[in-house]
Amino acid sequence: MTVREHFHQDLGELKKLIHELAEDTKRALSDAIDALYSRDVDRAQEIIDHDVKLDKKELNINEQAILLIAKQQPFAKDLRRLIIALKISSDLERMADYAVNIAKSTIRLGKDHPLEVHPQIRKMADVALDMVNLAMKAFEHEDISLAKKLAEMDDEVDDMYSSLIREMLEETATNPRMIQHIMQMAFGARYIERFADHITNIGENVFYLVKGETYDLNE
Amino acid sequence: MNTTHVLKTEQVKPNPKEEKNVFEIAGLNLWYGNDQALYDINMNIPENQITAIIGPSGCGKSTFLKTLNRMVEMVPTVKTSGTIKYKGTNIFDPKRNVEDLRTHVGMVFQKPNPFPKSIYDNIAYGPRIHGIKKKKDLDEIVEKSLRGAAIWDEVKDRLDENAYGLSGGQQQRLCIARCLAIEPDVILMDEPTSALDPISTLKVEELVQELKENYSIIIVTHNMQQAARVSDKTAFFLNGELVEFSDTNTLFSNPEDQRTEDYITGRFG
Repeated sequence: MTVREHFHQDLGELKKLIHELAEDTKRALSDAIDALYSRDVDRAQEIIDHDVKLDKKELNINEQAILLIAKQQPFAKDLRRLIIALKISSDLERMADYAVNIAKSTIRLGKDHPLEVHPQIRKMADVALDMVNLAMKAFEHEDISLAKKLAEMDDEVDDMYSSLIREMLEETATNPRMIQHIMQMAFGARYIERFADHITNIGENVFYLVKGETYDLNE
Repeated sequence: MNTTHVLKTEQVKPNPKEEKNVFEIAGLNLWYGNDQALYDINMNIPENQITAIIGPSGCGKSTFLKTLNRMVEMVPTVKTSGTIKYKGTNIFDPKRNVEDLRTHVGMVFQKPNPFPKSIYDNIAYGPRIHGIKKKKDLDEIVEKSLRGAAIWDEVKDRLDENAYGLSGGQQQRLCIARCLAIEPDVILMDEPTSALDPISTLKVEELVQELKENYSIIIVTHNMQQAARVSDKTAFFLNGELVEFSDTNTLFSNPEDQRTEDYITGRFG
């Protein structure tokens, strides 16, 4: 037993809430991608409606963290744990917003659009989802080496995004009547790219937790 | 709080950039009889800064504090080895006058301990012993000291009243004023706020911050938040050893030693 057993239990609870929010965020992205490929506007609307719950979860994490800072006056690593709880939950909430944006694009594209959704978009999303798993593992085990791998994976997402945008640009030239639709697809890719950037922030937070120093994974 | 009147304004203030040490401690060991209480302490305490000493009960922090003005020798079985240099001279030197040392290195205790005398006589007590007899001179010292301890405005109209009539927080500031009256260079504080209510505690903390302009302050505290709030440097003692001594900001945000981290985050203690 530690001297501040209750406090450390509360920190454990907070960690659980963050993992829960990460699972919800992952599900939001994966559902949004499925809805995009299957032209399922109803499902897309469900993702948008469900986002309120994720926002509430983020607020709850913030409230718990602020209460613990006020009541427990933590030092050193305990203080950093609470600071990164605030930051990671904010990144996860923002990431879920990108999933919502993809769902909105799906609705704008509609049920009957003639374009094939580029397979590269799903590949980007798959890497981004792997990144979330890795980031949460790094967070759970306070493992900097895992956090550092996120930078490489983010580069992979960035490269896929660049090549995809080039292809889409060419397509707008050959198929100018579909420009609105191609734009929505390009937005979708952009949202995944931004989603992945936020995951590298989580990696940076793990670095800060362990080392007490800041580290840029987006260099 | 009144910041305009502090003692020793006539002295040239040291250049804050040029850090000097008021105490240089090397290889200090201390025993109570056969029980060793301090083990090989090596540290330099900077001048005109606030140094906090933290650690669990029985870690030797109060013993260490009382060694700095040799108050610890009031316990007859105490033995020491190593050196403590106060401004360059070893305080354990047999030729060293202990009373003179204690004039330069004053002390404030955990519980306010005013004398059962008037407020005025509490402050004038030390200067009188040092041979100051003139009423005018004593009046001046009393006012300066009480102002320096940020309590003048509260007591100026009742200087003849018994000090026991003051609140605990006021009594502690009176004791600080009494310490200032003999114009020390260093003020040792042994948990000066542990018997005070939160507001009185904050007043004493504010006062300590103001006093560092003119004094070097070493404060033993059980309250880690207090150490983090008021001090420039913090030393962490454990089982009679100095585990870590660094800038307060570093020690409380990113300590080097795992034992420090475990203590300040409440994983033992």
